[in-house]
Amino acid sequence: MAHRTRQLPEHTEESDAPDPSRAADGEAPPDLRIRLVPKRHTGRAFAAALVGLALAAAAWSVVTNPRFQWDVVGQWLTARTIMEGLLLTLWLTALSMAAGVAIGIVLAVMSSSKNRLLSGAAAAYVWFFRGTPLLVQLLFWFNMSAVYPRIVVGLPFGGPELAAFNANHVITPMTAAFLGLALHESAYMAEIVRAGILSVPQGQIRAASALGMTRLQTMRKIVLPQAMRVIVPPTGNQTISMLKTTSLVSVLAIPDLLYSAQIVYSRNFQTIPLLIVATVLYLVTVSVLTLVQSWIERKFSPDGARERRPRTGARTTALDRRLP
Amino acid sequence: MTPEVLVRAEQVHKSYQRNEVLKGVDLEVRRGEVMCLIGPSGSGKSTFLRCINLLEQIQHGRLWVDGELLGYRQRGDTLHELSEKEQSRQRADIGMVFQDFNLFSHYTALENVIAAPMIVRGESRAAAVERATALLERVGLGDKLHAYPRRLSGGQQQRVAIARALAMRPKVMLFDEPTSALDPELVGEVLDVIGDLADEGLTMIIVTHEIGFARRVADSLAFMDAGVVVESGRPADVIDAPQHPRTQAFLSKVL
Repeated sequence: MAHRTRQLPEHTEESDAPDPSRAADGEAPPDLRIRLVPKRHTGRAFAAALVGLALAAAAWSVVTNPRFQWDVVGQWLTARTIMEGLLLTLWLTALSMAAGVAIGIVLAVMSSSKNRLLSGAAAAYVWFFRGTPLLVQLLFWFNMSAVYPRIVVGLPFGGPELAAFNANHVITPMTAAFLGLALHESAYMAEIVRAGILSVPQGQIRAASALGMTRLQTMRKIVLPQAMRVIVPPTGNQTISMLKTTSLVSVLAIPDLLYSAQIVYSRNFQTIPLLIVATVLYLVTVSVLTLVQSWIERKFSPDGARERRPRTGARTTALDRRLP
Repeated sequence: MTPEVLVRAEQVHKSYQRNEVLKGVDLEVRRGEVMCLIGPSGSGKSTFLRCINLLEQIQHGRLWVDGELLGYRQRGDTLHELSEKEQSRQRADIGMVFQDFNLFSHYTALENVIAAPMIVRGESRAAAVERATALLERVGLGDKLHAYPRRLSGGQQQRVAIARALAMRPKVMLFDEPTSALDPELVGEVLDVIGDLADEGLTMIIVTHEIGFARRVADSLAFMDAGVVVESGRPADVIDAPQHPRTQAFLSKVL
């Protein structure tokens, strides 16, 4: 076998600076170019061949096994009922995530409070909602009307009532799903936000305080924007995870992506093709979200990735969003 | 007519749990005066500065800036802690420059300087930018307006920090070892800026280890050790003819 030789880029010989080695006695300089024969990685090549073979075999079986019924997959992939299910999944993900982040921030600020009751309550909340399975929480919310048949807005301990609702009407499967997902998520988000806040050096808070900023101003303008760098990456992961977790709400008979597929295959018995449809759509959505996530992450490191680009006076527009 | 006292400390005590850091500090700084605080590490100089800026709560004594009691309102013989808003207003009038700069790392140099005037004082953006630009030019950073702190040298960061504090038009500036975290070759540029401020008549309290600088710019010098002011007076007197043995011992080591 002929060895490949590779020419490495060299320093230009034609530089204007006088070369001391050459100038010395007019002799030709020694040839220092590298004609490279890369070392071989036999084990690596063997492993790659093995994995390649396995992949090819798997692909061949997937394509040729008629029981995958790819024609049925293609037929249902963009069907209206499936698309509506996907839409509901996305909607539920966005709604639960938004509420989860909002409650999570409140919990994180509470847990950093010097008041023991506030920080203790936040800790207890996190302990409870992280400590129980989401599926159990969903079922509990769904059956809430058994515990509280009437939901009352008013003063506690037998005070006057402003409004009362029948729990069976208020806690629809969709509200139960939203409550379960959002409250469960907020417990995780609380920890993520807390870690973000703790990552901001104390000196930043001291400097803001020395300039006369109140605690709230410091939190909003100095701490949270910097905490975002630490908060955003795991929040992206949580969102992606949430998208997949919403499939649990199929137990509440909510027509999300998975349950819509289940409805179809309970009628036409094409179980495998419809599960593939759901799988493909989950994969596509997760891939898109992953792209969005990496874009947002780049956006939230203003002094890292972005500063290398040439900048003009237009830079100040970004600040307008952050300052009052 | 003697110039009025701008900063006054009376018997200031501060302790962390059992550890008493300040054991009765008495000090007066007149308007327009530059006072340098020197002393060994752990003598309480930095803690004292932080007390003046309400970053630390004192357990005994009184602090006044411009005739106003810091942190409290006195009613009869009881002290009522000021609300957070009132404390913030007092802090806003007292500039502070830290040893480790503490620039806001998510803001550019310019944004660092305009942030507090806009957020705290509610200044318009245009006014804040105009003044910030002038201040940054004055500290020699007119070409670094849009640089993030990470891209600035320590000396440049500290000069931004000084401009940031000046942007609030403070009554008094507190410097907490402003050059201690700097590479030796960057110390000069920061001391030059502080020296210029001294010439302009800004009231300043500077905690420093730069004895030569203190002798040059300070109107008065106080030597602190073990939580009290041991000796104070004109810089030349204290440095060249220290009266107290502890001052003598300290100066013999650092000079």
